[in-house]
Amino acid sequence: MSTMALIFSLIFVLIPIVLSKTLNLGLEKDATIAVIRSIIQLLVVGYILKFVFDSKSIIYIFLMVAVMIIAATLNARKKGAAIKGITWKIAVTLIFIEVLTQSILLGFNITPHTAQYIIPISGMMIGNGMVLAILFLNRFIAETESHQDQTELILSLGGTPKQAVHTQLMTSIKASMIPTIESQKTIGLVQLPGMMSGQIIAGASPVQAVQFQLLVLFLLLTTASITSIMLGFLSYPTMFNKRMQVVRSK
Amino acid sequence: MLHKEVNRMKPAIQFKDVNYSIDGQPILRNISGAFYDGEITTLVGPSGAGKTTLLKLCNGLLSPNDGDIMIHDQTINDYDPVELRRTVGMALQSAPMIDGSVHKNLALPLELQGKRLPDIQAIDLLNDVGLSEDFLQRNSKELSGGQRQKVSIARTLVNHPQILLLDEITSSLDQVSQKEIEELIVKINRKYGVTIVWITHDLKQALNVGTYTWVMMAGEIVETGKSELLESPSNERVRQFVKGELG
Repeated sequence: MSTMALIFSLIFVLIPIVLSKTLNLGLEKDATIAVIRSIIQLLVVGYILKFVFDSKSIIYIFLMVAVMIIAATLNARKKGAAIKGITWKIAVTLIFIEVLTQSILLGFNITPHTAQYIIPISGMMIGNGMVLAILFLNRFIAETESHQDQTELILSLGGTPKQAVHTQLMTSIKASMIPTIESQKTIGLVQLPGMMSGQIIAGASPVQAVQFQLLVLFLLLTTASITSIMLGFLSYPTMFNKRMQVVRSK
Repeated sequence: MLHKEVNRMKPAIQFKDVNYSIDGQPILRNISGAFYDGEITTLVGPSGAGKTTLLKLCNGLLSPNDGDIMIHDQTINDYDPVELRRTVGMALQSAPMIDGSVHKNLALPLELQGKRLPDIQAIDLLNDVGLSEDFLQRNSKELSGGQRQKVSIARTLVNHPQILLLDEITSSLDQVSQKEIEELIVKINRKYGVTIVWITHDLKQALNVGTYTWVMMAGEIVETGKSELLESPSNERVRQFVKGELG
């Protein structure tokens, strides 16, 4: 794509800004900031990736993945501020996902052991884990708040904290996984996934692009289930104290 | 449920200088006194007096900041929380029901222990609270306020509590249902020797049902004694409360 073509693509940024202005939606500022940020961030990442790929150093790969995990954790933790120690819980979950998926991918030689594969796949897994964490935390906090009487009932009858939030926990895990599962049901029929489209546009064989896309879909399914379940089981105990009482969130 | 041995002179629950606060805001102040074994004690007082908080302390849903609570001469912190909550049962004001049938709700306390509630036992419980066995498979969402409270009480009895805490269980009921619940509580007390602590906003109910009454205001016990104290209170604030001049 030429620089001129990229400049012309800004027409697609002007359309929502004009619409927002016309309808008084007040989103012009946010949209502009989002566009500027994405241009800067992607350009910076592009140059960094070029440097990391050229250097072929494992240390830079670790650093890139670490930065991704830290950024994802800091973003997702805002939604779980009501849960004590949520930052390290998200971080541990994302690290676990990264270690597990890369161990399988590299251990079974599913993908080549190069930065070109490790970093983009890590980015997709960690990014998906972050979105899942946000979806799960949003739902879990809402469920526990709206079902306080059920929690109190089960505790008052001699139930354990796990029993007291079991229904809310399972509902939240399921709800956070639904978007991933549903989008996979219609994939290829309704939308062509971004990575696959990108590979095809870049000139790769559609069959090879599909193979990689399938790999990513399977990984996303694992990420979705592990993120929600692990974060759920790490989160609920901190809502109670040793005397099995609900800890008030401040 | 078996009748337990009752020693009416012995405290079932005893408070020793109990204080409870949230974020430095006192909710209960210097609570001392006893709920006697096998007796019905009513708690009355204006909204925000700390009555519900006091019950939650007894059931272990909350813990005091200072002071001690003794349950049958054993300090509350020595109890395992699960054992405590089965010994000191609590029927909550809103009588929350889990989704499903009345049987599912009655079976909940045993299900939490990995056990099942046989139908015959469930029918006995329903009969105990004045409901027929037809209710067993009825959806809990279809119950009236009075029926919900009866199921809630029956559900609490599944654990065979020695002490039963009742939080405003008749506040939203019509007079007929209120009367039925009153008779039911007296029956449970007499039949099984269960110590009962009952928060009520209805002073007539406190007089009719309770042997003892505690009057609470702004987190403190203002007057305690035989329920007849409500007819001739010695404390001026209690006199005003009884006359309906305080919230």
